[in-house]
Amino acid sequence: MSVFLQPLQTVTVGSGGASTVTFTSIPQTYTDLVVMVSARTNRATYALDELVMTFNGNSSSVYSQTNLDGNGSSAVSGRITSTTQFTTTFATADGAATSNTFSNSTQYIPNYTSSNYKQIISDATIESNVSSFGYAINTLRAGLFSSTAPITSISWTGIGGQLDQYSKFSLYGVLRQGI
Amino acid sequence: MSDTPTVLEIDCTTGVQTERPMTADEIAAQKAQADAFAAQQAAQAEADAAKAAAAASAADKLAKLGLTPEEIAALKG
Repeated sequence: MSVFLQPLQTVTVGSGGASTVTFTSIPQTYTDLVVMVSARTNRATYALDELVMTFNGNSSSVYSQTNLDGNGSSAVSGRITSTTQFTTTFATADGAATSNTFSNSTQYIPNYTSSNYKQIISDATIESNVSSFGYAINTLRAGLFSSTAPITSISWTGIGGQLDQYSKFSLYGVLRQGI
Repeated sequence: MSDTPTVLEIDCTTGVQTERPMTADEIAAQKAQADAFAAQQAAQAEADAAKAAAAASAADKLAKLGLTPEEIAALKG
Protein backbone atom coordinates (compact mmCIF):
# COMPACT_ATOMS: atom_id res chain seq x y z
CA MET A 1 0.00 0.00 0.00
CA SER A 2 1.23 3.47 -0.74
CA VAL A 3 -0.03 6.57 1.00
CA PHE A 4 -0.01 10.04 -0.45
CA LEU A 5 -0.54 13.13 1.68
CA GLN A 6 -1.59 16.21 -0.26
CA PRO A 7 -1.64 19.65 1.41
CA LEU A 8 -4.97 21.23 0.40
CA GLN A 9 -5.24 24.54 2.22
CA THR A 10 -3.80 26.37 5.21
CA VAL A 11 -5.35 29.38 6.87
CA THR A 12 -3.99 31.63 9.59
CA VAL A 13 -6.38 33.83 11.55
CA GLY A 14 -5.69 37.53 11.07
CA SER A 15 -5.38 40.40 13.53
CA GLY A 16 -9.13 40.79 13.99
CA GLY A 17 -9.59 37.23 15.21
CA ALA A 18 -12.38 34.99 13.95
CA SER A 19 -15.28 33.22 15.60
CA THR A 20 -15.32 30.40 13.08
CA VAL A 21 -12.94 28.96 10.53
CA THR A 22 -14.49 26.98 7.69
CA PHE A 23 -13.01 24.93 4.87
CA THR A 24 -15.53 24.74 2.03
CA SER A 25 -15.65 22.90 -1.32
CA ILE A 26 -13.40 20.12 -0.02
CA PRO A 27 -12.33 17.95 -2.99
CA GLN A 28 -13.96 14.53 -3.01
CA THR A 29 -10.98 12.80 -4.61
CA TYR A 30 -9.14 11.54 -1.52
CA THR A 31 -9.82 8.65 0.82
CA ASP A 32 -9.26 10.41 4.16
CA LEU A 33 -8.73 13.90 5.55
CA VAL A 34 -6.21 15.14 8.10
CA VAL A 35 -6.34 18.52 9.82
CA MET A 36 -3.53 20.05 11.86
CA VAL A 37 -4.68 22.75 14.25
CA SER A 38 -2.72 25.26 16.30
CA ALA A 39 -5.23 27.36 18.22
CA ARG A 40 -5.75 29.87 20.96
CA THR A 41 -8.89 31.83 21.87
CA ASN A 42 -9.61 35.05 23.77
CA ARG A 43 -11.72 33.28 26.41
CA ALA A 44 -11.39 35.15 29.69
CA THR A 45 -10.51 33.73 33.14
CA TYR A 46 -9.49 30.25 31.99
CA ALA A 47 -6.34 28.71 30.52
CA LEU A 48 -8.23 26.58 28.06
CA ASP A 49 -11.20 26.61 25.76
CA GLU A 50 -12.97 23.95 23.72
CA LEU A 51 -12.98 23.87 19.95
CA VAL A 52 -16.10 22.39 18.43
CA MET A 53 -16.27 20.96 14.96
CA THR A 54 -19.24 20.65 12.61
CA PHE A 55 -19.53 19.18 9.13
CA ASN A 56 -21.51 20.47 6.16
CA GLY A 57 -23.02 23.21 8.34
CA ASN A 58 -24.99 20.49 10.14
CA SER A 59 -25.86 21.52 13.72
CA SER A 60 -28.45 18.81 14.26
CA SER A 61 -28.08 16.21 17.02
CA VAL A 62 -26.03 13.86 14.84
CA TYR A 63 -22.73 13.86 16.74
CA SER A 64 -21.49 11.61 19.51
CA GLN A 65 -18.10 11.13 21.10
CA THR A 66 -15.97 9.41 23.72
CA ASN A 67 -13.28 11.40 25.51
CA LEU A 68 -10.14 10.53 27.41
CA ASP A 69 -8.45 13.61 28.90
CA GLY A 70 -5.46 13.71 31.26
CA ASN A 71 -3.48 16.45 32.98
CA GLY A 72 -0.59 14.51 34.47
CA SER A 73 -2.22 13.85 37.83
CA SER A 74 -5.68 12.61 36.93
CA ALA A 75 -7.60 11.31 33.96
CA VAL A 76 -11.21 11.81 32.97
CA SER A 77 -13.23 9.77 30.55
CA GLY A 78 -16.65 10.77 29.28
CA ARG A 79 -19.29 9.92 26.72
CA ILE A 80 -21.58 12.38 24.93
CA THR A 81 -24.35 11.30 22.58
CA SER A 82 -26.83 13.00 20.26
CA THR A 83 -25.20 16.37 20.48
CA THR A 84 -24.97 19.22 17.98
CA GLN A 85 -21.21 19.27 17.50
CA PHE A 86 -18.02 17.29 17.95
CA THR A 87 -15.97 18.85 20.75
CA THR A 88 -12.60 18.15 19.24
CA THR A 89 -10.12 19.39 21.71
CA PHE A 90 -8.93 22.08 24.01
CA ALA A 91 -7.53 25.36 22.79
CA THR A 92 -5.23 27.48 24.84
CA ALA A 93 -7.08 30.55 26.16
CA ASP A 94 -6.02 34.10 26.96
CA GLY A 95 -7.61 34.15 30.42
CA ALA A 96 -4.83 32.31 32.24
CA ALA A 97 -2.51 30.51 29.85
CA THR A 98 1.07 31.56 29.27
CA SER A 99 1.33 34.24 26.61
CA ASN A 100 2.08 33.16 23.05
CA THR A 101 1.32 29.49 23.64
CA PHE A 102 -1.04 27.63 21.34
CA SER A 103 -2.65 24.21 21.51
CA ASN A 104 -1.69 21.52 19.01
CA SER A 105 -4.10 18.96 17.68
CA THR A 106 -4.65 16.57 14.81
CA GLN A 107 -7.99 15.39 13.54
CA TYR A 108 -8.21 12.37 11.24
CA ILE A 109 -11.38 11.71 9.25
CA PRO A 110 -11.30 8.41 7.35
CA ASN A 111 -13.62 7.72 4.42
CA TYR A 112 -15.08 11.23 4.41
CA THR A 113 -16.82 10.72 1.05
CA SER A 114 -18.57 7.55 2.18
CA SER A 115 -22.33 7.18 2.38
CA ASN A 116 -21.84 5.56 5.79
CA TYR A 117 -21.54 7.47 9.05
CA LYS A 118 -18.16 9.19 9.52
CA GLN A 119 -15.60 8.68 12.27
CA ILE A 120 -13.34 11.38 13.67
CA ILE A 121 -10.20 10.74 15.69
CA SER A 122 -8.73 13.73 17.49
CA ASP A 123 -5.69 14.04 19.70
CA ALA A 124 -4.42 17.24 21.23
CA THR A 125 -2.34 18.90 23.85
CA ILE A 126 -2.22 22.32 25.43
CA GLU A 127 0.75 23.62 27.40
CA SER A 128 -0.45 26.37 29.71
CA ASN A 129 2.51 26.38 32.11
CA VAL A 130 0.03 27.37 34.81
CA SER A 131 0.08 25.04 37.81
CA SER A 132 -3.54 25.61 38.79
CA PHE A 133 -4.58 24.21 35.42
CA GLY A 134 -2.34 21.18 35.60
CA TYR A 135 0.33 22.64 33.28
CA ALA A 136 -0.51 20.48 30.29
CA ILE A 137 -3.56 18.57 29.19
CA ASN A 138 -3.66 15.77 26.68
CA THR A 139 -6.84 14.66 25.01
CA LEU A 140 -7.78 11.67 22.89
CA ARG A 141 -11.28 11.78 21.48
CA ALA A 142 -13.27 9.55 19.16
CA GLY A 143 -16.30 10.94 17.40
CA LEU A 144 -19.09 9.84 15.11
CA PHE A 145 -20.90 12.06 12.59
CA SER A 146 -24.16 10.21 11.99
CA SER A 147 -24.78 11.45 8.49
CA THR A 148 -24.62 9.65 5.17
CA ALA A 149 -23.71 12.84 3.30
CA PRO A 150 -20.13 13.16 2.07
CA ILE A 151 -18.16 15.78 3.99
CA THR A 152 -17.74 18.87 1.83
CA SER A 153 -17.10 21.49 4.52
CA ILE A 154 -15.64 21.56 8.03
CA SER A 155 -15.97 24.35 10.61
CA TRP A 156 -14.27 25.03 13.95
CA THR A 157 -15.58 27.40 16.58
CA GLY A 158 -14.25 28.33 20.01
CA ILE A 159 -16.92 27.78 22.63
CA GLY A 160 -15.71 30.40 25.08
CA GLY A 161 -14.14 32.97 22.81
CA GLN A 162 -12.98 34.01 19.38
CA LEU A 163 -9.96 32.40 17.76
CA ASP A 164 -6.90 34.55 18.28
CA GLN A 165 -4.59 35.89 15.63
CA TYR A 166 -2.06 33.29 14.42
CA SER A 167 -4.37 30.35 15.08
CA LYS A 168 -3.68 28.06 12.15
CA PHE A 169 -5.64 25.30 10.40
CA SER A 170 -4.07 23.07 7.74
CA LEU A 171 -6.10 20.56 5.72
CA TYR A 172 -4.55 17.56 3.96
CA GLY A 173 -6.03 14.91 1.72
CA VAL A 174 -4.87 11.32 2.18
CA LEU A 175 -4.83 9.09 -0.86
CA ARG A 176 -4.50 5.39 -0.16
CA GLN A 177 -3.59 3.41 -3.22
CA GLY A 178 -3.21 -0.26 -3.98
CA ILE A 179 -5.53 -1.47 -1.24
CA MET B 1 -10.40 41.66 18.53
CA SER B 2 -13.48 42.66 16.59
CA ASP B 3 -16.78 42.80 18.46
CA THR B 4 -18.60 41.46 15.43
CA PRO B 5 -18.39 37.66 15.15
CA THR B 6 -16.74 36.74 11.90
CA VAL B 7 -16.36 33.65 9.77
CA LEU B 8 -13.12 32.97 7.94
CA GLU B 9 -13.94 30.79 4.94
CA ILE B 10 -11.46 29.03 2.69
CA ASP B 11 -12.63 27.55 -0.57
CA CYS B 12 -10.48 24.44 -0.98
CA THR B 13 -11.06 24.31 -4.72
CA THR B 14 -10.15 27.90 -5.58
CA GLY B 15 -8.01 28.80 -2.57
CA VAL B 16 -9.99 31.99 -2.09
CA GLN B 17 -10.22 33.16 1.54
CA THR B 18 -13.19 35.26 2.59
CA GLU B 19 -13.80 36.93 5.93
CA ARG B 20 -17.38 37.98 6.56
CA PRO B 21 -19.67 38.84 9.47
CA MET B 22 -21.72 35.98 10.86
CA THR B 23 -25.32 35.85 9.76
CA ALA B 24 -28.10 35.96 12.37
CA ASP B 25 -28.67 32.23 11.84
CA GLU B 26 -24.97 31.50 12.40
CA ILE B 27 -24.91 33.59 15.56
CA ALA B 28 -27.94 31.71 16.83
CA ALA B 29 -26.30 28.39 15.96
CA GLN B 30 -23.12 29.40 17.76
CA LYS B 31 -25.10 30.35 20.86
CA ALA B 32 -26.90 27.01 20.68
CA GLN B 33 -23.53 25.24 20.50
CA ALA B 34 -22.27 27.12 23.54
CA ASP B 35 -25.50 26.40 25.43
CA ALA B 36 -25.33 22.72 24.52
CA PHE B 37 -21.74 22.53 25.69
CA ALA B 38 -22.59 24.27 28.97
CA ALA B 39 -25.45 21.83 29.50
CA GLN B 40 -23.10 18.89 28.86
CA GLN B 41 -20.61 20.29 31.35
CA ALA B 42 -23.31 20.83 33.97
CA ALA B 43 -24.65 17.31 33.51
CA GLN B 44 -21.13 15.88 33.80
CA ALA B 45 -20.45 17.92 36.95
CA GLU B 46 -23.73 16.75 38.46
CA ALA B 47 -22.92 13.12 37.65
CA ASP B 48 -19.41 13.47 39.10
CA ALA B 49 -20.79 15.04 42.28
CA ALA B 50 -23.37 12.28 42.67
CA LYS B 51 -20.68 9.63 42.19
CA ALA B 52 -18.42 11.30 44.75
CA ALA B 53 -21.28 11.56 47.24
CA ALA B 54 -22.13 7.89 46.76
CA ALA B 55 -18.49 6.92 47.27
CA ALA B 56 -18.26 8.98 50.45
CA SER B 57 -21.49 7.48 51.74
CA ALA B 58 -20.26 3.97 50.99
CA ALA B 59 -16.96 4.62 52.74
CA ASP B 60 -18.80 5.97 55.77
CA LYS B 61 -21.00 2.88 55.97
CA LEU B 62 -18.00 0.59 55.63
CA ALA B 63 -16.24 2.47 58.44
CA LYS B 64 -19.28 1.98 60.66
CA LEU B 65 -19.07 -1.73 59.93
CA GLY B 66 -15.57 -1.69 61.37
CA LEU B 67 -13.35 -1.52 58.30
CA THR B 68 -10.17 0.50 58.68
CA PRO B 69 -9.35 3.36 56.27
CA GLU B 70 -6.65 1.14 54.74
CA GLU B 71 -9.16 -1.64 54.13
CA ILE B 72 -11.63 0.80 52.57
CA ALA B 73 -8.91 2.19 50.35
CA ALA B 74 -7.99 -1.35 49.29
CA LEU B 75 -11.60 -2.01 48.31
CA LYS B 76 -11.59 1.06 46.08
CA GLY B 77 -8.68 -0.45 44.18
